[in-house]
Amino acid sequence: MSLRLSGVSYAHPNGQSALQAIDLQVAAGEQLAIIGPSGAGKTTLLRLLSTSLQPVSGSISLLDQQPARLSGRGLRRLRSRIGLIHQSPPLPPRQRVVTAVLAGRLGQWSLLRALLSLCYPVDAAGARQELARLDLADKLFQRCDQLSGGQLQRVGIARTLYQQPDLLLADEPVSAMDPVLADHTLGLLGAVARERGIPLVASLHAVDLALRHFPRVLGLRDGRVLFDKASGEVSQADLADLYANDSLAGAAPTSHSQAGALRPGRC
Amino acid sequence: MIRQSSQWQSRDPAALPRALITLLLIALLWPGLQLAEFRPQVLFNSQNLDTMGRFLAGFWPPALDADFLRLLGKATLETLAMATAGMTLALLLAIPAALLATRALSVSRLLSDRAGVLGQFLRYPVRLLLMVLRSIPEIVWALLFVRAVGLGPTAGVLAIAITYSGMLGKVYAEILESVDPAPARALLLAGSSRLSVFFYGLLPNAAQELTSYTLYRWECAVRASVVMGFVGAGGLGQMIDLSLRMFAGGEVASILMTFLLLVLLADQISLQLRRRLA
Repeated sequence: MSLRLSGVSYAHPNGQSALQAIDLQVAAGEQLAIIGPSGAGKTTLLRLLSTSLQPVSGSISLLDQQPARLSGRGLRRLRSRIGLIHQSPPLPPRQRVVTAVLAGRLGQWSLLRALLSLCYPVDAAGARQELARLDLADKLFQRCDQLSGGQLQRVGIARTLYQQPDLLLADEPVSAMDPVLADHTLGLLGAVARERGIPLVASLHAVDLALRHFPRVLGLRDGRVLFDKASGEVSQADLADLYANDSLAGAAPTSHSQAGALRPGRC
Repeated sequence: MIRQSSQWQSRDPAALPRALITLLLIALLWPGLQLAEFRPQVLFNSQNLDTMGRFLAGFWPPALDADFLRLLGKATLETLAMATAGMTLALLLAIPAALLATRALSVSRLLSDRAGVLGQFLRYPVRLLLMVLRSIPEIVWALLFVRAVGLGPTAGVLAIAITYSGMLGKVYAEILESVDPAPARALLLAGSSRLSVFFYGLLPNAAQELTSYTLYRWECAVRASVVMGFVGAGGLGQMIDLSLRMFAGGEVASILMTFLLLVLLADQISLQLRRRLA
């Protein structure tokens, strides 16, 4: 198993419970989408999987290692094998795209190589190759603050792909993209994961994209797993339960098309 | 009844505390003025005005003879060299100290929402060191070093290096803490070492601010080296001290104009660099 969570719970420092008793196993090469309403704990789950947070109880095993037992160099080595695509791309506005993409491999580079690359990009060709798959090769030497939100999100993805991780995580990776680009990008992430035989776990708020691109879907609500099944088996009733909103009665999406229509409104 | 309570609510609830704080500040300021013997009316006493007028009249015309200008040029270079060498030495200490003292590179602050206790224990001594370094004014260090290494710019360089490393280290650490931590957090999560995180995640956002502050400090170092000249550390300060003692107003005027030019120069360099880094 590439990724195994057993009985994992997490509470925010203010005591508010975010995840409760999550059990989850993802095999190498498996692709899983996490869906659920806002505040369901999708981002927290991904932060746990990326070793950013430690669970309050339960155990997490990633790539046959237990991050809770690692520290220092061992933890850094594990982190350099985990690629996380962030919801809002964490790129310094004044940095050039080429530097931002090459930074993906800082975990594997020596400090000397990292410093050399700041003076003259050591692998501009590699960065260009990743950007080309996302149709951004022409932006290689531009500054990040000259790009649009959707372009920045793709630069962030290119960086994570350049990292060549053994576990690919994505937190709302296409939230700032138009439908065509979102389709293309999710297709690319799936293809890369298949090609390299690595697991892919992505959180999405667009139900139609999750069902279309991912063979397995996990529904998360109030920090608990509501369902975890093959995407073909997810029923209307499952989705209605997942998104049922007591205070906004009647606003819950009832069909795929409606859920899709909600998507462009965000970001 | 209800109307009355809503009327009460319409008054700014912050008004009373603000008025009290203002009164408190005035009450604190007044004894301060008394202690400082602040009596501006003395300035306008006719006898004092006369003395000052004669002193200032001696400033014109500025001394421009070749011999004096040659001396002035040498002293200016000496002052600039003292400030620059002092700043360079200060940077050697300030940059590592800032990296150690800043919370911007704290793994526990970046990754979890909980503060790391161990890191705080390690950062505190560095902060304390920076505090000690900057708490003693450079002029005191200069007096000390003039006795230790003799008259000349060496004393000034050492004095600037010590005091300014404390100031630079503290402010650098705070500038790094003020930039967006998201890029640093992401790099740390991808397994980067903290030094790489600094170069790739923090520096791009902080560079402009850091440069601007460094140049401002260099400008201050030029001024400080002038002041230290009065206690024998050479440069323009020693020159202005001599000219003042000899009541050579024209020379003083020329030296003051040189100060103005130096500050203008520092300002221009800072402006150009900021534009370049923007």
